[in-house]
Amino acid sequence: MMPSQLTALFKRLQLGRRAVIALPLVWLLLFFLLPFALVLKISLSEGVVAIPPYGPLLEYTNQTLHIFLNVGNYLFLLSDSLYAAAYWGSVKTAFISTAACLLIGYPMAYAMARAPARWQLLLLLLVMLPSWTSFLIRVYAWMGILSNSGLINNLLIGLGLIDTPLRMMNTQLAVVIGIVYAYLPFMVLPLYAHLTRLDNSLLEAASDLGSRKLNTFIKVTLPLSMGGIIAGSMLVFIPAVGEFVIPELLGGPDTLMIGKVLWEEFFLNRDWPVASALAMVMLLLLLIPIVWFHRYQSRGLEE
Amino acid sequence: MSGVRRRPNFSTVMLILGLVFLYLPMAVLVVYSFNSSRLVTVWAGFSTQWYGALFQDQQILSAVWTSLKIAFFAASMAVCLGTVAAFVMTRFGRFRGKTALSSMVTAPLVMPEVITGLSLLLLFVQMAQLTGWPADRGVGTIWIAHTTFCSAYVAIVVAARLRELDSSIEEAAMDLGSPPLKTFFFITLPIIAPALAAGWLLAFTLSLDDLVIASFVSGPGANTLPMVVFSSVRMGVSPKINALATLIILTVSLVTFLAWYLMRRSEAKRQIN
Repeated sequence: MMPSQLTALFKRLQLGRRAVIALPLVWLLLFFLLPFALVLKISLSEGVVAIPPYGPLLEYTNQTLHIFLNVGNYLFLLSDSLYAAAYWGSVKTAFISTAACLLIGYPMAYAMARAPARWQLLLLLLVMLPSWTSFLIRVYAWMGILSNSGLINNLLIGLGLIDTPLRMMNTQLAVVIGIVYAYLPFMVLPLYAHLTRLDNSLLEAASDLGSRKLNTFIKVTLPLSMGGIIAGSMLVFIPAVGEFVIPELLGGPDTLMIGKVLWEEFFLNRDWPVASALAMVMLLLLLIPIVWFHRYQSRGLEE
Repeated sequence: MSGVRRRPNFSTVMLILGLVFLYLPMAVLVVYSFNSSRLVTVWAGFSTQWYGALFQDQQILSAVWTSLKIAFFAASMAVCLGTVAAFVMTRFGRFRGKTALSSMVTAPLVMPEVITGLSLLLLFVQMAQLTGWPADRGVGTIWIAHTTFCSAYVAIVVAARLRELDSSIEEAAMDLGSPPLKTFFFITLPIIAPALAAGWLLAFTLSLDDLVIASFVSGPGANTLPMVVFSSVRMGVSPKINALATLIILTVSLVTFLAWYLMRRSEAKRQIN
């Protein structure tokens, strides 16, 4: 081949390489990153009664460019204690649910990783299967179980243990149960992935050197599965903070969660600027957990 | 010797209890879908009338069709985009924008849906103002939104497979003069095909299941199945929804069982060889 042909080929290859890189990059920049910039923009605009219901940031009138940056939406969030309470309620509920998921999920993943090899795939599919059915329907299932005339109350009254139904529906407890139920598979999966890769000879070495089982667990197994603990916890915690469906269906009027407040600001009050400001603050709140999750995830993604 | 039976250990007990916790509520839905009473929590005898009522409900049937269409096209596009993203991240070495790409691939996994939904709606509204497209929101905008978050999941699944795969086979093909594109289509793609199928199925179920993002980016006239189910469930428990739930659980179980059977058979074959 002539050198000029070689360089032409090389150039073509580079061009092809660039095009291949550009395809997913441009799609995600356009439909994932750019939208966040727009949320920031709308959160700084003024709410107006129009379609769409927000004012412009830039206006060109009388040969002057006017820039309107309205921080009023953010000040409004500060002025009403409802919003602070909703953020706090979300973080608290998400934290309790994540802790419960970890306490239930860790022993499950541990038992799966220790199970005979021919059982492991079946167990993994059994744990994941519920998450492939419908999220909405799995939350709905608890409405029939927890309500005043629901399965648990009917059972307890039938057995003569209680006379009046226990109020379980529309409480904080119902929301936590719903989140734990819906997100448990996402906690078990990364834990199992880490525990199954654990080198058995390390545990044998510890036991040969006279370490007790509990001691081995705390000093060897737990630290080596830390990546799974963090990934699983973030997979539960971050979406749980913004959860809308579960507090809407299982929570009561006193269950304040930010996802639900944002939904109501947007769909009921049609206040897009305030909804955007709520989303920006939530994103800021979740930035550290998201970056943390990304660091653990990308270790596996980039070689 | 029966005297020295091992005491069941804590984690095994927790695994069994955890599985009971996961399956009991779904079993309750299935049982009560055959209840003849309108009151879902009182058993009044066996009946399949709610399945009949379900198949008479035009609103639910058309929503099922809309959801299946969106899920099919979103999953297919997500497999294309996600596979390219995974390939770029695992095989292309260093390039500008790699950190940005890998961040944008992992972020949708944990991003709260209300934020994603709101941000995409604002994008579509502004695009419509500036360019006139999309003129009205509906199936098309839901398809774009679903493709975006589903491609992230596909990329994770496919990247995991690509990392396991020995790249020396691809290098050997290229050393023998196969161009990169041909190597990809004739060597890499056939080997990672099971991962693509898994990614497609995952994307399909994720798209079928999404309520929040679709509610934000949808317009009048385009109702997906979760949107119809949600507006019905908000009013309280309904036996028709139990029948629908049973059908969904049955379908997912059958597909999972089939996948398990196929994986076990290929595993057994590999052991014989």
